[in-house]
This record gives sequence, structure tokens and C-alpha cells, in this order.
Amino acid sequence: MEDLSLHLLDIVENTTAAGATLVEIYVRQDSEKNRLSITVRDNGRGMDLDMLARVRDPFTTTRTTRRVGLGIPLLEQACHEAEGHLDIMSEPGSGTEVTAIFRVNHIDCKPLADIGLTLVTLIAGNPDIDFKYESNIDGDKITMDTREIKTELDGIDIADPEVLALIRNLFQKRRVNSSRHTAGGQINGEIED
Amino acid sequence: MAKLKIEDLRRIKESKKGTVNLREGVYRAKVTVHMGTCGIAAGARTVMNTLMTAIGEKKTDDVILTSSGCAGLCSQEPMMTVEVEGLSPVKYVYLDEEKTMKIFREHVIGGKPVAEYAITMGSETTY
Repeated sequence: MEDLSLHLLDIVENTTAAGATLVEIYVRQDSEKNRLSITVRDNGRGMDLDMLARVRDPFTTTRTTRRVGLGIPLLEQACHEAEGHLDIMSEPGSGTEVTAIFRVNHIDCKPLADIGLTLVTLIAGNPDIDFKYESNIDGDKITMDTREIKTELDGIDIADPEVLALIRNLFQKRRVNSSRHTAGGQINGEIED
Repeated sequence: MAKLKIEDLRRIKESKKGTVNLREGVYRAKVTVHMGTCGIAAGARTVMNTLMTAIGEKKTDDVILTSSGCAGLCSQEPMMTVEVEGLSPVKYVYLDEEKTMKIFREHVIGGKPVAEYAITMGSETTY
């Protein structure tokens, strides 16, 4: 994966395969604390302790459920490369929460890149699933909830090109501003959870 | 705080009044982009974006776009399956923007499958 927005797309595709009807995505970047976190929470079927223990292993794959495979290991690798880590919390029947943490000004921290494209791709590909998205990139906040959008649209397809264009537009400003890392951050700063 | 404006959504709703929601099963063509880890790493999002843009620009009102998981042919990603009413579904492999556009024009819109990019024709299903 070239950037974190592609990892995000991949991880969320996992949650849809787990039967989720609501996926919440939280992106928080605090450059002063040298920390970037991406959280994906779903209300899918969840995993038991045994599966949870094996889910990071790339060679653990259950083709029938498609809940595991290379998605989690690749994301964890991306975290480790940027001196971060990956937390996974899950319980059968109560969904899964995955949080990827990165040291944001680490030279090997992948850029977030086009989160807006990831979001519209998810919405277009899974119009029956609801997505809640909130990001705070050093104080620059974006929020979106497909449940609210669907209520307003009142039966019009949320994957309509005009609606998707509106959603992408939310991200235009941030994409221009976030041209990679801010200079002079704390190289040796600790990552705070 | 960037947030969608309710008036923008209402404007779209008004402009679409009387049109039919394609998801309710009244589409002529369905395009499924395979979005497993393999597909995404190989460029499936670009394929999806190309199709979203093409559908928006052409103002086609009878094509639906959706995504699915890995189809088990990871080495041939990015892939998509095109189902056009009255024709057998076709799975396309090794896609890029250019191939996707050609398939969109000739198969999705024109109804003529692009054999040179197809993995096989005649017995494909969507996963």
C-alpha cells in the first residue's frame, strides 16, 4: 500500500465482510505530540479470543469469512515502520475496533493522502452500510455521517455522482494543506496513547 | 469544521425528483470492482474512481457501481466484473485507467465486451 488512505480502505473492506452495518472512522493528527491515529470501529460479528490472537498472522486466513489475511499485517507493518503500533479490540457479537498509531513525523510514516477518495469509494461500493467519519488534523476538522445524508436525500441513492462529489469536496482544503510532514517536529518524541 | 451543507443535499434531492433509485433493481448494467487487499494494493481504487468519474460525466442513469472482496486471482488484480442485461458477466483483469475507460465505453455503455482484457467469458459470477 502506498499510503494510509489505501490501508484505511482495506481495513474498512474487512469490516463490511464481517457483516457490519455501521462503520465509524476517526482520524486524529497532533503534530505537537508527534502522533497520528486512525481508528476504525464496526458493529460486525467480532472475533473470539482465538481469532484475535491469530489475526495479525498473515498466514492465518479463513477464506470463507475473509476476516483476515494480509490487510491487518500490512497495516501493522506500516505502524511499526513509523514507530507506532496497532491495537485490536474485539468480542464476538459486539464488533471490532482497530486503532493504528503512528509517529507522524517519522521519515517512514506513510502520508494519509486521499482520505476523501477512500471515503467515496467505500460509500459507492457499500451504499447499504453507514459510515461515520470524523477527523481532526492539527485542529482542521472534518465530519460526515451517511445516516444524516441519507435522511436528507430521502430515497435518492447516496452513491449518486453529485452526492459523492459533495463528500469529496469536504476534503479538498485539507488535501492541499497536508502536503506531508511539518518540518522541525520532535524527532525523539514519545508516542502518547 | 467542514461538514456537508443540508441545502446542497436538498438541492440534489429536488433535482432528482421523479428519477428512480437504481439500487432498487432497475439498472441495465452493474460493475463490480474487486476490493480485496490484493486489489487495493494493485490499484482498485483508481479503477473505482475512474468509473465514478465516468458515470458522473456521462450522466448515465442505468449503471450501478459496487465493490466486492478478493476473487481469488490476486496476481491478476485490479479486476472488475461487468454485468450487462442480456449478456454473460465478464471478468476483466490487469486493469488501469485506460483499460477501464475502454471497457466502460465499449461494454458498459456500448454492450460489446472487450475480449482482449477479459480473463474468460461465459461463466463468471460476482463474489
